[in-house]
Amino acid sequence: MITAVIGRDIRRGLGGGAWLPIAFFLLVAALVPFAIGPDARLLSRIGPGALWIAALTAALLPVERLIEPDRASGTLDQLFLHGMADESIAFAKILAHWITFAPLLLIAAIPGAVLLSMDGQSLVKIELALLAGTPGLASLALAIGALTAGLPRAGSLAGLLLLPFAVPLLVFGAAGALPLEAAVSLFLTAGAVFVAAAAIRASRT
Amino acid sequence: MSLLRFEDVALRRGGRLLFENLDLALRPGDALQVSGPNGSGKSSLVRLAAGLLGAERGHVDRSDLALADDNLALDRELPLRRALQFWEADVDQAIDSAGIGHLANVPIRLLSSGQAKRAALARVFASPAQLWLLDEPLNGLDADGETRLSSMMEQHRKRGGAVLAASHQPMPGNWRVLELKA
Repeated sequence: MITAVIGRDIRRGLGGGAWLPIAFFLLVAALVPFAIGPDARLLSRIGPGALWIAALTAALLPVERLIEPDRASGTLDQLFLHGMADESIAFAKILAHWITFAPLLLIAAIPGAVLLSMDGQSLVKIELALLAGTPGLASLALAIGALTAGLPRAGSLAGLLLLPFAVPLLVFGAAGALPLEAAVSLFLTAGAVFVAAAAIRASRT
Repeated sequence: MSLLRFEDVALRRGGRLLFENLDLALRPGDALQVSGPNGSGKSSLVRLAAGLLGAERGHVDRSDLALADDNLALDRELPLRRALQFWEADVDQAIDSAGIGHLANVPIRLLSSGQAKRAALARVFASPAQLWLLDEPLNGLDADGETRLSSMMEQHRKRGGAVLAASHQPMPGNWRVLELKA
């Protein structure tokens, strides 16, 4: 059943506007030169931080469709009745979300880096940092999606919850501190499985 | 051997005690209708039986079960057959039994409410579970749908299954009735 859930969520993610967060990411990256000006050295210096801010804001877009549609349609109830643990549901959804979100983001980071006049070495560093950080970012998005599912103004609330928790990813990712970025990402991923599972359980009452 | 057993069960929701001291048992071949006015706790009893709610007091034992309630739990973008195959591999017979075989390739989002109800029931028909939990199964069904549901429930009971249905309408056939008070 877990592979069926992963496959279904990947299909739905790719078919249901996976490009939107990526377009948003590129749009934010493209806006920075307009705000800062054409100074290539300055853009190159702030490039990693700007790309990470773009990644965080892009990660917010899909939050409302990660859990809520399945809660509202009774799919989460049926998965439980089919013997799937809530932790397995959360893990499957995190993995599927990462697969539909991260590779496209890594590809979009290439034109994003060009827009910000970043050199090849900086591009490699930001790609590695995104590779290490996106599991944590995807996990955080899913946990927040589960916590806010069914609540009024869930989208706004998700932003308020997600961004503060993503600060360590932003700090270590923008600084290129890969071991620390990976550690934070791993911590968030491990914790998000249990947080999201508890939220799914609570939503049944 | 009971497929579902409640022992001294009490359920409270939103601070309101819906029922208490409830004992019931469903054995193979049994059919129990839970009736009562709106808000008496029929749907909550079904969710409690399914394990989706926890009892405030008492003990619930259940075997493998299939649930059909107001929630369709089918992917709206997929054709009916593929949407049902997410839950069970072999669904063709269940689709035919529900009288929606001609809709097998129609996306779920295009089904009428009555057809969607039949699709939800087809998910239960396709399940190997012995215990069926149905919440308002007659809602939205036409006369043909009611006949088909009645026939499927009868066959299920003859095969050793049991059915618990929450309904404010009388269920077709011989049913024990549990009346909940508002």
